[in-house]
Amino acid sequence: MSRADRDAEQDAGQDAEQRAGQDAEGPPAVPRLLEVRDLRVEFRTRDGVTEAVSGVSYGVDAGRTLAVLGESGSGKSVTAQAVMGILDSPPARVTGGRILFRGRDLLRMGEDERRRVRGARMAMIFQDALSALNPVLSVGAQLAEMYEVHQGLSRRAARARAVELMDRVRIPAARERAGDYPHQFSGGMRQRIMIAMALALEPDLIIADEPTTALDVTVQAQVMDLLAELRREYAMGLILITHDLGVVADVADTIAVMYAGRIVETAPVRDLYRRPAHPYTRGLLDSVPRLDGGGRELYAIKGLPPGPADLPPGCPFAPRCPRAQDVCRAERPPLYEVACGDASVRRASACHFWKDELDARDPIAAP
Amino acid sequence: MGRHVLRRLLQMIPVFLGTTFLIFFMVYALGDPVAALFGDKAPDPATAARIRQELYLDEPLWRQYVHYMGQVFSGHFGTAFDGRPVTELMADAFPVTLRLTLVAVLFETALGLTLGVATGLRRGRALDTSVLLLTLVVVSVPTFVSGSVLQYLIGVKWGWTTPSVAPEAPLGQLLLPGVVLGLVSLAYTTRLTRTSLVENARADYVRTAVAKGLPRRRVIVRHLLRNSLIPVVTFLGTDLGALMGGAIVTERIFNIHGVGYQLYQGILRQNSPTVVGFVTILVIVFLLANLLVDLLYAVLDPRIRYA
Amino acid sequence: MPEPYDSPPAPAPPGGGGPGGGAPALAAADPTAAAAPAAVPAGRRGGGRAPGRGRAAGPAAAPRGLWSDAWRDLRRNPVFVASALIILFLVLIAVWPQLITDGNPYRGDLAKAQDGPAPGHPFGYDLQGRDVYTRTVYGARASITVGICATAGAALLGSVLGGLAGYYGGWWDALLSRIADVFFGIPILLGGLVFLSVVTSGSVWPVVGFIVLLGWPQISRIARGAVLTAKRHDYVQAARALGASDARTLLRHIAPNAVAPVIVVATIALGTYIALEATLSFLGVGLKPPTVSWGIDISSASTQIRNAPHMLLWPAGALSVTVLAFIMLGDAVRDALDPKLR
Repeated sequence: MSRADRDAEQDAGQDAEQRAGQDAEGPPAVPRLLEVRDLRVEFRTRDGVTEAVSGVSYGVDAGRTLAVLGESGSGKSVTAQAVMGILDSPPARVTGGRILFRGRDLLRMGEDERRRVRGARMAMIFQDALSALNPVLSVGAQLAEMYEVHQGLSRRAARARAVELMDRVRIPAARERAGDYPHQFSGGMRQRIMIAMALALEPDLIIADEPTTALDVTVQAQVMDLLAELRREYAMGLILITHDLGVVADVADTIAVMYAGRIVETAPVRDLYRRPAHPYTRGLLDSVPRLDGGGRELYAIKGLPPGPADLPPGCPFAPRCPRAQDVCRAERPPLYEVACGDASVRRASACHFWKDELDARDPIAAP
Repeated sequence: MGRHVLRRLLQMIPVFLGTTFLIFFMVYALGDPVAALFGDKAPDPATAARIRQELYLDEPLWRQYVHYMGQVFSGHFGTAFDGRPVTELMADAFPVTLRLTLVAVLFETALGLTLGVATGLRRGRALDTSVLLLTLVVVSVPTFVSGSVLQYLIGVKWGWTTPSVAPEAPLGQLLLPGVVLGLVSLAYTTRLTRTSLVENARADYVRTAVAKGLPRRRVIVRHLLRNSLIPVVTFLGTDLGALMGGAIVTERIFNIHGVGYQLYQGILRQNSPTVVGFVTILVIVFLLANLLVDLLYAVLDPRIRYA
Repeated sequence: MPEPYDSPPAPAPPGGGGPGGGAPALAAADPTAAAAPAAVPAGRRGGGRAPGRGRAAGPAAAPRGLWSDAWRDLRRNPVFVASALIILFLVLIAVWPQLITDGNPYRGDLAKAQDGPAPGHPFGYDLQGRDVYTRTVYGARASITVGICATAGAALLGSVLGGLAGYYGGWWDALLSRIADVFFGIPILLGGLVFLSVVTSGSVWPVVGFIVLLGWPQISRIARGAVLTAKRHDYVQAARALGASDARTLLRHIAPNAVAPVIVVATIALGTYIALEATLSFLGVGLKPPTVSWGIDISSASTQIRNAPHMLLWPAGALSVTVLAFIMLGDAVRDALDPKLR
């Protein structure tokens, strides 16, 4: 075990101990809405075992939005599915960590109790509404099902609530369209139905997995605005999984950047945009076209993210990092605490040279 | 929906004409109905010519076909070898075969769905593997082998049922023949159900159903099965038509006086009206079954209904 | 036994073809002698998609890798090895039955009719006092000949017609699809009874001819679908854009990609064709004496099953094992050639 690994573990361990200590001393302030601690998820396939999520920790409070940023394969969706308890298992398996929802560990709940949390207290919005909705049931029936199962409403009453819900997400002629099937709606309308389904029981937490990626650009903004508005109205916590930095800036409070199954940086959204503390974050920011960027050439992070099978021994980003030193290639960096403006928020970076990164003013992009 | 039905009906017409013509061609052009009529004796040329004219056999083949189809649509199928009208034979035979086929389809549906669901939900377990292997074995044993063997074991050796079926074919005596007839289809139903279930189990909408916090039972029944069974239902529908035509072997083994029996007699005695008549009806039944299945498919899958 | 190359249950409207779209695919398959079990249910499901439109190209995207991967998989698959060995053995004794028997399948001793096993005659005697073991061994020849010839004929005819239809499209494609629908509209056993009852020869060739006649449409659908998919590949488009002739494009670029599904379906069909031949012979319209055939022997034994079950069980067992071997071989080959099913 490398020193870095040990550090990371100690770090997580201390963190857990602290929390445990608080629990023992008496009621802690208020447990966070959701807190994921050191989560590990493996995929067991015929070709071997790979770790898709390697010790991820993040949290979100009621009424706040956490954006989880990362490329595809970074483990952001797998983490979310683990939180929801909808991993395809086999092959996926949670091998470690805790998922605390209002202070209770979801991983230790019985299947039935966990099921009652799903959908009712935390809900998920999927990327591709067309395939995520059942093709042979009318949307009204799929929405009403939530009330029938979780609240025991009659079919009729549930149906009426479903129509209200469709109205709520501004689907025109909701009453008439409740009998229609998913393929009869446009992409934007379908995603509204997904949102309605997630909102049905006014959950405390919504996880939106790339909710706008499959939509036309013009519709993306509408759907995103609707989601943000409803989140405010119901004072829910929102975890927004995306690879789109543009979306994040408008709606998120804090950001967690994931890379190769790990969190590489967490920060309040303003701090992260102004002064990233990880070269990968900076690379992402610099690769977004900006109106005020002048004639500057867009930066592209060179190379490809490593697969879970061929992770380098040190920092997983080292092979692509312009700042990489020998130590980066040898030792995996722990999550270093980073000072930030807002004392109530923890800021962290998994870079040995986070201080240098924080102080760097110039874009890394070499000419 | 209306357009869909109409399109299917229109598409059926050329197939119906082509198929019946092919059968007609095989019987009338490749064989010699007149010679067959007389058996081993050589017919006297004048009589033969008269019969030829009566049967329109001296006209070009397509005229004969048109004439024949005209008769079919007005309900005249000609006379069987024993002098009875073919329609009378049909009235006796079809109810028997229909009953036999229904027993077979009920059997394959009940057992096939159960096995398919049981294996599909437990993919890779011992039950799954052994059932899969067993279906291959069942498919490999031709019906006339399994029929003879089961008849011997159950009908003769253990005496649980009568080895052959009385002419009036009571339902109780049709159970064993029905099982024999449905055996190969049972294997298909099982495999199809299993495959469909396995494919759909990974679908996004099933994950959504889980994420909605639905009980496992409801996820499986209302979401997974509802989608997975569409192809199975359509298979069973077409099978009803296919089995009626395929009952010949089973009917021969158990001496059931159904469609296959009459058809077989007609072929043995080279009685063309019987053969062509029965085959024409069976083709119509088969095509209708397919049409109904297409419509059923549209009912079950809204994506097709509103396409 | 899902038809491997069928498209997933998709929103595509049913009916690649006529009323028979896919459904009649099974028409061809009557329950007794179901033609191509693999293709059947899938072809039917959806009530009518032409099998083989969707995924065919997937596995065939990289021919060389596909074939060597498949071969590596197959060699390690006990089902494949076992069925291949059985088939090899069957082919050997079909060609040289003398290898394992020195008897004469026609010589009978009426005094021993229906006798059970005796030294040197392990399977006993049949109605005419002929040695059941010798007849069972000699019966392989008819079955294997019909199976291989009918499959070769149907595969050749079907893939040429279907391949051309898929490649050129247009009216030729439409016409061929309709013709295939017509053949699918005839339940295969009925067609066999009608067609073969007017044939007086008892040799294998009319049976082979008939099976080819009703069997090619199934293969042609698979081939058409496979070619359609292969045609869409970028490198095929590129080859055509660069001015490669039709013949060259078809043979060099498309055929290697489209051949896998045809092989799979043909292998499984081979087993069912053997069962079909035996069924027709059982009904008295297929092979006829003096040809030695399992179907004929089972037919004559079935009336005597109470007195002498051995007369039925040995040829029936041989027939079932043969059919099973080919179906399992096809199943194994399909698994190996379609990585998506893993």
